[in-house]
Amino acid sequence: MKLSGGDLLMRALKDEGVKFIFGYPGGAALHIYDSIFKQKVCEHILVRHEQGATHAADGYSRATGKPGVALVTSGPGATNAITGLATAYMDSIPLVVISGQVQSHLIGTDSFQETDMIGISRPVVKHSFIVQNTQDIPQIVQEAFHIATTGRPGPVVIDIPKDKTDPSELFEYKRAKEISLRSYQPRVLPHPGQIKKASKKILSAERPVIYAGGGVILGNAHKELILLNKLLKAPVTNTLMGLGAYPAKDKYFMGMLGMHGTYQANMAMHNADVIIAIGARFDDRITNTPAMFAPNAKIVHIDVDPASISKIINADIPIVGQVKESLIALIKEIKRSKIKIDSDALDNWNLQISQWQEKHGLDHELYLKKNASKMILPQVVVQELYHATNGNAWVTSDVGQHQMFVAQYYHFNKPRRWVNSGGLGTMGFGLPAAMGVKLAFPKDDVVCVTGEGSIQMCIQELSTCLQYNLPIKIININNEALGMVRQWQDMNYGGRHSASTYSDSLPDFVKLAESYGHVGMKVTKKGDLKKTLDKAFSMKDRLVFVDVYVDPNEHVYPMLVAPNGSMKDMWIKKNVKA
Amino acid sequence: MKRIVSILIENKPGALARVVGLFHQRGYNIETLNVGPVFDGTYSRMTVTTRGSENDVEQITKQINKIIDVIKVSDLTEGDHHEYEFIMIKFKHSKKIQEILKSLNGKIHEKNKDAMVMSAWGSSSEIEAAIKFIGKVNLLEIARSGSIGLHEGEKVLKI
Repeated sequence: MKLSGGDLLMRALKDEGVKFIFGYPGGAALHIYDSIFKQKVCEHILVRHEQGATHAADGYSRATGKPGVALVTSGPGATNAITGLATAYMDSIPLVVISGQVQSHLIGTDSFQETDMIGISRPVVKHSFIVQNTQDIPQIVQEAFHIATTGRPGPVVIDIPKDKTDPSELFEYKRAKEISLRSYQPRVLPHPGQIKKASKKILSAERPVIYAGGGVILGNAHKELILLNKLLKAPVTNTLMGLGAYPAKDKYFMGMLGMHGTYQANMAMHNADVIIAIGARFDDRITNTPAMFAPNAKIVHIDVDPASISKIINADIPIVGQVKESLIALIKEIKRSKIKIDSDALDNWNLQISQWQEKHGLDHELYLKKNASKMILPQVVVQELYHATNGNAWVTSDVGQHQMFVAQYYHFNKPRRWVNSGGLGTMGFGLPAAMGVKLAFPKDDVVCVTGEGSIQMCIQELSTCLQYNLPIKIININNEALGMVRQWQDMNYGGRHSASTYSDSLPDFVKLAESYGHVGMKVTKKGDLKKTLDKAFSMKDRLVFVDVYVDPNEHVYPMLVAPNGSMKDMWIKKNVKA
Repeated sequence: MKRIVSILIENKPGALARVVGLFHQRGYNIETLNVGPVFDGTYSRMTVTTRGSENDVEQITKQINKIIDVIKVSDLTEGDHHEYEFIMIKFKHSKKIQEILKSLNGKIHEKNKDAMVMSAWGSSSEIEAAIKFIGKVNLLEIARSGSIGLHEGEKVLKI
């Protein structure tokens, strides 16, 4: 049977196993939307803004490990998708974003709703395609999914001029058994010689640290990471993107590292003699001043992307390969090796770390302390949330102080449960991302922890949540200010709160939630927090917006001292350096 | 230090823009750029000259390699190599310019009563020196091909 371009597209998406398409229609995409109407396999989720479509597809992908799909029209539809593309690109999330384009003969004429999507998206995609022949659509879709999901994953754009989906032009559907691109062959297996060298270096370490990032989660290698550390018994730290890669409850887990990492994790990195970096990229929010980074450490760096290795910090033993395959090889080599771990040295090292933890570690029992603060502390909101959900929720966040508090205080024991924009730091990500997660796991608790700043950047998606019955729980940590901006202004700009407050003009979030057809709750007193959260989570089939007023003067600590600081240089609390 | 990076890339629309865009995106400069189809025409070979430390160029070549359309990348300056650049110049009659170009394999393409067009080729340092020496007096127009080059010996950048 011959199919139109739109039908070819839908058939190809079906063959890729796509369940949800997050999108927004418009002129250039109308043929495609008609093809969507005629099929039953892929459910289309109509968002209220294209940014929401890309973030929802992204959240779906982060939670499931499958590629997310978004569909937008040309012009403003395409430009609105850019923030979501950049967000996914920075965190290596596999997305396929399909954009309608004006008809081929109009391209380049400044026609209505025309924009050069390929050009405008180029710096924030792994690859992009423009459809020039309708019959190529199945192959392009296949290649797009292949590129998005293999190697270091990332978003791919397919731009389709409207005439290529013309319902009157029909073509045969052909799907290749296998995709092979002569210019794209990502490395899977690590070099055995490098694995040997790494094993030797790691086993002779006295102060090793495992520094594991989002690559462990993207590469589905968390089990291998746990197995590796059953052998090594080394302290482990996860990056913001890596939380959940190693279970937070494990006794070797030190918490997150970096800008707002724990004291012990940052001290361990600085004083390590061997750092085993796994699927992490030595981001500037980790290393602080690169020249002062871990002065005595030899670096073993495992990554699927050779360009991530020795980009910021020189790797002594680089290993290019899929994280999972590399860890399997490393575990095998360590088991085979005759070198014995220096248990005494390791015991001393782990003891040192627990001493650091005792000295300046995070207080995970703030919620039990009556007099910690007159107002509700934001940290306590996260701790209470952790208990209200038994630590089992899928948690998305936006960007700012609340994001750091979740990273610090919600203990993630499983991979993929923590969904946040780490690389780009996109406010507005949390709610649409939670929609993607909730669609994938409708029976589980899905929470969006946000702030009154971030939530207003994609608030329109509350309407989508009603239409598709997505009973997400939104925990709005409301300090009536752009908290992280204000923290920096307190610390670096003499407390001049330039353009960071708006307490006189915030909406009534309870009424706002209600007007969107949801449940709104407001908490201002410490005593009401726990019971309100319990009530919200008992309402299984309703979206509940819990607006929690917190102490506006609270800062996130620890915080690395910058500029010209190393990882051992931290603010521990207000005006106190360690 | 000056570097010559050779890139074998799919001859597809937009492929060149991906490479050029990447230089800008990652904060590196392109001094010269040459591109043309090679082999069966489905490939292009690009030659880019840039400046940077060894680390810079390692990072550049790794990032270029990540571009999906790129098949192979090689830093010619890493080893022995041949490198030439071709120029064409239109100038008012000038013995000086004519002689400089003659010393660089110069060829006359056009000669009329006011001006002439000549081409020449040489290593990029020879070409640079010649351009400096020619100066602005009597010069009407100049076009440069940008460097192209090949590895010396057995090493090749092929499919």
